[in-house]
Amino acid sequence: MANNKPTDISKITEKSPWQELTLGNQIYGPATSKLFNTGEWRTSTPKIDWEKCRQCLLCVPVCPDSSIPVKDSKRLDFDYDHCKGCGICVKACPFGALVMEHHI
Amino acid sequence: MFAVCAKRTARRKIGLKNTVEIRWHGRGGQGAKTAALLLADVCFKNGKHIQGFPEYGPERMGAPITAYNRISDDELRVHSNIYDPDFVVVVDETLLEAIDVTAGLNPEGAIVINTTKSKEEIAKHLNGYAGKVYTLDARKISEDALGKYFPNSPMLAAIVAVSGVMDRDTFLSQMKESYQHKFAKKPEVIDGNMKALQVAFDEVKP
Amino acid sequence: MSIKERLSGNEAVAYAIKQINPDVMPAFPITPSTEIPQLVANYIANGQIDTEFIPVESEHSAMSAAIGASAAGARALTATSSCGMALMWELLYVAASNRLPIALALVNRALTGPININCDHSDSMGAKDAGWIQIYAENNQEVYDNFLQAFRISEHKDVMLPIMVCQDGFITSHALANIELVEDERVKAFVGEYQPENFLLNEQMPMAVGPYAVSNYYMESHRAQVEAMENAKQVILDVAAEFEKISGRKYGFFESYRLDDADYAVVIIGSAAGTTKDAVDELREEGIKAGLLKLRVFRPFPADEIAEALKGKKAVAILDRSETFSTQGGPLTSEVCAALYKRGVNVRAFSYIYGLGGRDYTVEDAKEVYYTVKKATESGEQLSEPVYIGLRSREDD
Repeated sequence: MANNKPTDISKITEKSPWQELTLGNQIYGPATSKLFNTGEWRTSTPKIDWEKCRQCLLCVPVCPDSSIPVKDSKRLDFDYDHCKGCGICVKACPFGALVMEHHI
Repeated sequence: MFAVCAKRTARRKIGLKNTVEIRWHGRGGQGAKTAALLLADVCFKNGKHIQGFPEYGPERMGAPITAYNRISDDELRVHSNIYDPDFVVVVDETLLEAIDVTAGLNPEGAIVINTTKSKEEIAKHLNGYAGKVYTLDARKISEDALGKYFPNSPMLAAIVAVSGVMDRDTFLSQMKESYQHKFAKKPEVIDGNMKALQVAFDEVKP
Repeated sequence: MSIKERLSGNEAVAYAIKQINPDVMPAFPITPSTEIPQLVANYIANGQIDTEFIPVESEHSAMSAAIGASAAGARALTATSSCGMALMWELLYVAASNRLPIALALVNRALTGPININCDHSDSMGAKDAGWIQIYAENNQEVYDNFLQAFRISEHKDVMLPIMVCQDGFITSHALANIELVEDERVKAFVGEYQPENFLLNEQMPMAVGPYAVSNYYMESHRAQVEAMENAKQVILDVAAEFEKISGRKYGFFESYRLDDADYAVVIIGSAAGTTKDAVDELREEGIKAGLLKLRVFRPFPADEIAEALKGKKAVAILDRSETFSTQGGPLTSEVCAALYKRGVNVRAFSYIYGLGGRDYTVEDAKEVYYTVKKATESGEQLSEPVYIGLRSREDD
């Protein structure tokens, strides 16, 4: 008798009454962390210069937040919903293709 | 501030009909607890309400231990130790030096002691107990029947004989069943144990 | 028809576990509960049940493994006593807040120190606020019956809380006594299969268990646990009513023994209730209207029902088998007094402490409680409370 409804975590907020929490605060459904935009925590933002990028992909495994998507063996632009702006990718890039911007 | 307390008044028998209370004194390793449980078991098979329980402490081989039985026609609800037993079994006579084995013992009841001494000699160690004193040489019975010293089987038979909780034939036939179950993997010891029970039942004397 | 047997309290719990055949049992041995995992391990080795036994290296691990197994979707249980449960402490709260219906066979033993292996209720009473349902037994029959009912209560969808089934160490756990067992098929039909709505091994619906709850969620989480406890009250009664149908034995939040018309009542938990019943009968013969309230369910606490049952008594003595060191008596005293006061039941209540570390409690001791309470009530005399039963004191002389 499995529950087939994933938890809509957007509906459980700091305003939810106690009756609306899930049993034991359990969260149902896969990959619900995608819905949590930790990118909002970012104060500095990595930017890519596609001219300089050689698609070596060294930036991808060092990203602590898996925020560099890869498709067909090529990296895409950053996932800014989840990138926290740590800057590790910038340090890892051998070609100076990544820079940190410190403004809005 | 916390002074008032119910004093430990002298205890007396619980008010149940047809209830026998037995206290066992033995030493760790001699099987007094096992004997108390076997007695409870055999009385259960005979349709009684039973309790068989040891008084637990830091058990060590040779340290004095106490075990208890209540056997009744009525439901048993009391969960305390027994302070005024009808019968006392002393599995090892050396305990007489260290322990007041007749404490609270009903003068209408009896004490059964594993000893080679005569009743007259042993009576000196019983703090003037006025009731019946039974003796049994459980060592000789056990060594003759089993080739080893297990005093608990003879003492079990002795207390059944003395207390009259059941008749000889019922006791022996039910013990045989128990042994067949307990010693299913070493049936060679059943005959010896049965012999120890029979001899003890017949030899225990006031 | 029920099966007449003779089992010790530990054997009775192990037998109940055999009949239930739970999925997972992690356990670590400790006196006086050791026999329970030992006997269950025998049943498993003999092929009589297919429970997965996990021989863990500590009680902390035992409860951790039970939590993991339960979250995975298994019916999980463990057994322990005293310091063993103290080592589980952290996880007791985790099991409850994660809403995992784990059963714990607790064989009550005094907490160290001083070190002691005998019975008192300091272990379970110390954990009374951990969020577990707590059910206590007077004898081997009750601990067996309570264990058969445990999963039905804990796994109910309105409850989903862990449950502690307690019995008095050595006094019932190691005492051979008569018992009536329920047939295997009836137990199986009664207990049923555990069918959690969500569980970690359900690949159709992955899930997260035990997320961090910041201040904005922690209080709401606890309020939800309280609601589950409140719901447990009705479930406990419903399960008891159903159990009566297969066993003929009646259970509620507490047993009232000659209480209705009693002037003087004792409130007590566990094996000492049986001893007190014998005292009540003897006192009635003497013309004293004595009665007894034997509490079975301590969590949730049936405050309304207790207050109602004690209403109109001349006096009540509340007997605790554990200390709080508050200088005001034990936990049962506090909770019963609070229940009475909050409901305007103005009964004089006396606080007693008995049986710590296995100190024996006899029929005479129980009678003395009634005599003392009656005398103090009639004379208006104040007692120095809590009154310690069987305590040696200079003032005795």
